[in-house]
Amino acid sequence: MNIVVCVKQVPDTATERKLRSDDKTLDRDAVDGVVNELDEYAVEEALKLKEAHGGEVTVLSMGPGKATETIRKALAMGADKAVHLSDDALHGSDALSTSYAMAQALKKIGFDLVILGSESTDARTGVLAAMLAERLGTPQLTLANKVEVDGSSIAIQRLTDYGFDRVEATLPAVVSVVEKINEPRYPSFKGIMAAKKKPVETLGIADAEIAADQVGLDAAWSEVVDFAAAPPRAAGTIVKDEGDGGVKAAEFLASKKFI
Amino acid sequence: MSEILVLVEQLDGEVKKVTLELLTLARGLGTPAAVWAGPGLTDGAKAKLAEYGAEKIYVASSADVVDHVVAPKAELLAQLVADKSPAAVLVAATAEGKEVAGRLAVKTDSGVITDAVGLGEGFVADQSIFGGGVNVRSRVRKGTPIVAVRPNSTAPEPAAGAGAEEEVSLTLSEAARAARIVERVKQEKGARPELTEAAIVVSGGRGVGSAENFSVIEGLADALGAAVGASRAATDAGWYPHQFQVGQTGKTVSPQLYIAAGISGAIQHRAGMQTAKTIVAINKDPEAPIFELADYGVVGDLHQVVPQLTEEVAKRK
Ligand SMILES: Cc1cc2nc3c(=O)[nH]c(=O)nc-3n(C[C@H](O)[C@H](O)[C@H](O)COP(=O)(O)OP(=O)(O)OC[C@H]3O[C@@H](n4cnc5c(N)ncnc54)[C@H](O)[C@@H]3O)c2cc1C
Ligand SMILES: Nc1ncnc2c1ncn2[C@@H]1O[C@H](COP(=O)(O)O)[C@@H](O)[C@H]1O
Repeated sequence: MNIVVCVKQVPDTATERKLRSDDKTLDRDAVDGVVNELDEYAVEEALKLKEAHGGEVTVLSMGPGKATETIRKALAMGADKAVHLSDDALHGSDALSTSYAMAQALKKIGFDLVILGSESTDARTGVLAAMLAERLGTPQLTLANKVEVDGSSIAIQRLTDYGFDRVEATLPAVVSVVEKINEPRYPSFKGIMAAKKKPVETLGIADAEIAADQVGLDAAWSEVVDFAAAPPRAAGTIVKDEGDGGVKAAEFLASKKFI
Repeated sequence: MSEILVLVEQLDGEVKKVTLELLTLARGLGTPAAVWAGPGLTDGAKAKLAEYGAEKIYVASSADVVDHVVAPKAELLAQLVADKSPAAVLVAATAEGKEVAGRLAVKTDSGVITDAVGLGEGFVADQSIFGGGVNVRSRVRKGTPIVAVRPNSTAPEPAAGAGAEEEVSLTLSEAARAARIVERVKQEKGARPELTEAAIVVSGGRGVGSAENFSVIEGLADALGAAVGASRAATDAGWYPHQFQVGQTGKTVSPQLYIAAGISGAIQHRAGMQTAKTIVAINKDPEAPIFELADYGVVGDLHQVVPQLTEEVAKRK
């Protein structure tokens, strides 16, 4: 089975993230990049499926040069090779352009299964998997906490508001995973060493047949009008329970008219 | 005035509160038209939609629409966008609502804004990003604006609309039928308000200690008429069902009041609750990061503090 796993580099959520004042995009240079944590679950699931059914796992990442750190991490976990979609023309792409560019790259790479995380910690749109399924004309098997493949059939358990749905389809398909699905492995020392020698192919927009007028900031379907730092939350009142903590909390709730 | 399509969220034929909020928002920007996807539109639901201002109710009543994952709803909305040329399409910013919005955006070559917490003139949307650190105003530049709006972004207000029903005949593509829902497993709903819609949410975390002890959290929730939430530590331990998880990969809630008991306040948990208006934390560790967010915090054992608070709430009623 030919599995492509989409891995994004995101700013470390522990650092202060900012928008650039010039073009109102995320300032990626100012912060440390880490693997979007949900994508580690996607990589883990890809590796598990490969272990059970054979095949190959390719990492696909779209991002600036420094995203190679993230690609190496996925390779160190055990993925076989990587495609790094990187081009200055992609800077400022919104969800629509990103899904278009990634769909073009996926068509070029070829796949039986594409696996994504359900959400990135920076954009937090949670739409990419659905958009890819739409663009590629393949079944959408998203928000999975369980994936089973049997020959060319695939079934997932999709988390819903009321519990879960069991969903079935035929490969090729697009899957997104939630964090309940598995426990991502840590790269071993051997894995880290091996990753240095694994092939990483860099694609520019021309290589992936991506039309320049469909990507980047100028093409974006949506735009930031303006932004401002949120006013800091006023410091709260913290009391120590001296046997009357519940009563004091009730007084607070009453002062705010909740009771 | 142009129509604004509102995709109806419903459970067992009952219209969810977020839909009434979206109709209220839509009324300020155009003529609201509700879109009912799937079978089961009852007279009660119709009346509710009209009561909150729906001039039209478009109905695609085929079971096919709900028996396949997301794609049919996007196809339905895309057909309506083509036929009715609405000024915008609003959906609820639930995990599924956002997926519908994403597919619709591709189909109609339109921009999409997810997780709006407000929507004004020119369909300029307010968003709170980077863990609540930055407020952004954004808008769609191309196509029909598609906006996924978070529950509790506005107060629903009735204002009667005609509620004229119009059946939409929809022929689904093969691609829209590709992912078949073969079984739905419903886990206890209970009598409490729904988590994303509740005005008050009481959540428990690892500090609760066991599934049985969640009755302490439920007791306070019931005294306040609140929904119950849980941290990932609690859902992973099997103490509470996963659909009550609040956080990055759980539900995003913006209630008037959020009470966190035995929750440390990890960044992934905060991602789902920090837009709550008022936050109260109960934790025995004075260093717990949740206190940085709290308007009121009690450092103490939740097994003492929460029952006392519950009793006090009951007394003051
Ligand atoms: C990809 C990913 C996604 C995630 N998504 C989510 C998500 O959606 N939602 C989420 O919640 N987490 C999520 N997490 C997990 C998150 O990182 C934390 O591990 C989790 O939120 C911790 O839950 P907790 O606060 O209940 O437990 P802990 O961090 O263990 O905190 C328990 C707290 O309870 C206090 N306590 C213990 N006993 C008592 C007592 N008797 N009385 C009072 N206080 C007590 C302790 O002092 C402590 O502060 C995610 C993690 C990852 C990697
Ligand atoms: N630039 C990117 N490169 C690779 N994968 C991405 C990229 N952006 C998003 N993804 C994937 O899409 C998922 C959802 O992201 P989002 O829709 O931005 O919340 C992530 O978990 C990744 O798997």
